[in-house]
Amino acid sequence: MKQKFNVIKSTCIPIAIDNCNTDLIIPARYLASTTRDPKFFGDAFMHDLRFDGAGNPVKDFVMNKPEFSEPPREGVHEIIVGGQNWGSGSSREHAAWAISGYGVRVVISSSFADIHRNNLLNCFVLPVVVSQQFQQELFDTIAKNPEAVVTVDVPNQTVTNETTGHSEHFDINGYKKHCLMNALDDIDYLLTVQDKTVEYENNRKH
Amino acid sequence: MNTLFDKIWDSHVVQVIPDGPTQLYIDRLYAHEVTSPQAFDTLRDKGIKAFRPNQIFAMPDHNTPSDQQEVINDPIGRKQVETLKRNCEEFGIRHFAMGTKDNGIIHVVGPEKGLSLPGMTIVCGDSHTSTHGAVGALAMGIGTSEVAEVLASQCILQSKPKSMRINIEGTLQKGVTAKDVALYIMAKLTTSGATGYAVEYAGSTIRNMSMEGRLTLSNLSIEMGSRAGIIAPDETTFAYLKGREYAPKGADWDKAVAYWKTLKSGDDAVFDKEVDIDAADIKPRITYGTNPGAGIAIDGTIPTFDGLDDAAKAQLESQLKYMQFQPGQKLEGLPVDYCFLGACTNGRIEDFRAFASIVKGKKKAANVVAWLVPGSWLVRQQIIDEGIDKILEEAGFELRLPSCSSCLAMNPDKVPAGKLSISTSNRNFVGRQGPGARTVLASPLVVAASAITGRITDPRTMM
Repeated sequence: MKQKFNVIKSTCIPIAIDNCNTDLIIPARYLASTTRDPKFFGDAFMHDLRFDGAGNPVKDFVMNKPEFSEPPREGVHEIIVGGQNWGSGSSREHAAWAISGYGVRVVISSSFADIHRNNLLNCFVLPVVVSQQFQQELFDTIAKNPEAVVTVDVPNQTVTNETTGHSEHFDINGYKKHCLMNALDDIDYLLTVQDKTVEYENNRKH
Repeated sequence: MNTLFDKIWDSHVVQVIPDGPTQLYIDRLYAHEVTSPQAFDTLRDKGIKAFRPNQIFAMPDHNTPSDQQEVINDPIGRKQVETLKRNCEEFGIRHFAMGTKDNGIIHVVGPEKGLSLPGMTIVCGDSHTSTHGAVGALAMGIGTSEVAEVLASQCILQSKPKSMRINIEGTLQKGVTAKDVALYIMAKLTTSGATGYAVEYAGSTIRNMSMEGRLTLSNLSIEMGSRAGIIAPDETTFAYLKGREYAPKGADWDKAVAYWKTLKSGDDAVFDKEVDIDAADIKPRITYGTNPGAGIAIDGTIPTFDGLDDAAKAQLESQLKYMQFQPGQKLEGLPVDYCFLGACTNGRIEDFRAFASIVKGKKKAANVVAWLVPGSWLVRQQIIDEGIDKILEEAGFELRLPSCSSCLAMNPDKVPAGKLSISTSNRNFVGRQGPGARTVLASPLVVAASAITGRITDPRTMM
């Protein structure tokens, strides 16, 4: 969903799974669909951890605990704090659609797999890379208080754990920041520079 | 600086956006049915055509059944395959239809048709696009938004990754294949050890490796986080590509080879990271956990909790719980239920030759279901031409039809919940081969030996 980014202040869903691969984020059987319906993919988000074989919620999975089960809305559960190497494995953008379709706007982790990170950005979900120490402190803070608020300030590129007051700077290049803050797609940009592409083609040596 | 990766990257830069990514020109886009429908929708929304349709090739592979290809019974999968065909017709893109001699797994078909060539930039909405790096191309997996970008502009926006060279020196031991090399490197570097990097494989082991072996190795680069796994093109590459359907011919071939010979890292090349591997240290490998980096030598034991911090212990515990294994357990000798030979990792002719070399004159164990699935119709034909199909049949195996098959649960070849599968595919993730399925990754030799005994078996005992 294309939404302009500015400052997001929200409670979080902690998904403390390291190497959480995109097969876990959305199982392959949901990939056969040709739809673009955000709800279809949002409902499949973390499906096989959220639901058992009979389709009943798995009680002890974090997203089904009463304090984290409310679907995201402004100020609530718009942020996921994920384990390290978030989104490894398959390049399926369906994983980013699932996160976005569920209503999440920011994923915070100490590391992301490269392809998934790009997919998140292209789906207007902001991946925020923090230090392992900051990530662990977030998990600890949320464990003590599920209502704990985190602020992600895109213009200033800072993420703040409001409970401890600790803040970190995060990286995003100027081009992508502009895109996120103004809800602009890469594809629209590329269409405006097609003359450069043709020039490149005409000047190629090999 | 002055690495093979730099050379290919730099020659494809259209522009570097100030304080932004690079606009990179793409020579070849491959599209399959799973990650392309929404990209074509994007073009329709915007009312635009494919910019360079001649540089794009499409084929279904994930949903195609391996037992018959008259019809896809699952209506959702059928619709996806039909949608690809319709989209290709509408946008003027070459389409290799299911069940035709051109079809197969994209990452098998591309190199064997000479569509993937040294020096190219190649992308596909599939993480195993790294496979094509084996011919000396810069090949990367991308998402569906980026597929739409390439359809619309033949470019993507990427930040340049760091560079890593993995040097592998020496002779591989008997029974050790490219798959074992990859599983060994992954266990050493971990499943995120090359995240943020583009990897080049180098050293005498690589120079002596067949093209099929190199394709296997490059294929698995993504399993340690690297989007690319490049190997400098050499005489092995040229011999493999010469005469292939779409490879240059005549004077064009000579000109191309002259250029391709320049595609190697300079003696003064500087990498952000270098890793040295001694080929002699590598034994046949198997995995025990739910990521491909969780692997051991076939005669080894699963790690114990000794010396692990709480997080690492919890990680290992949850993996072993899913796999129904114990810390410190030896897996060799454990009964298996399913054996899978195939996928973009090990679905090539050399893999079938290796499998046949083990099972020849023996009989498949009664307790295993075996799926032997060629990666393409060309591979299947070669299997038949070489008489390998007869060896397999006599040993009680059946040769199936080209498909991604049991690598991921998107077609009928699903491993049932709780069953143990030993597989030549690339991922042992939770539920990858079917909800609840337990996967042990291994080489074609290990899978062949295990299919004969019905237990996880060291192929060196049968060679």
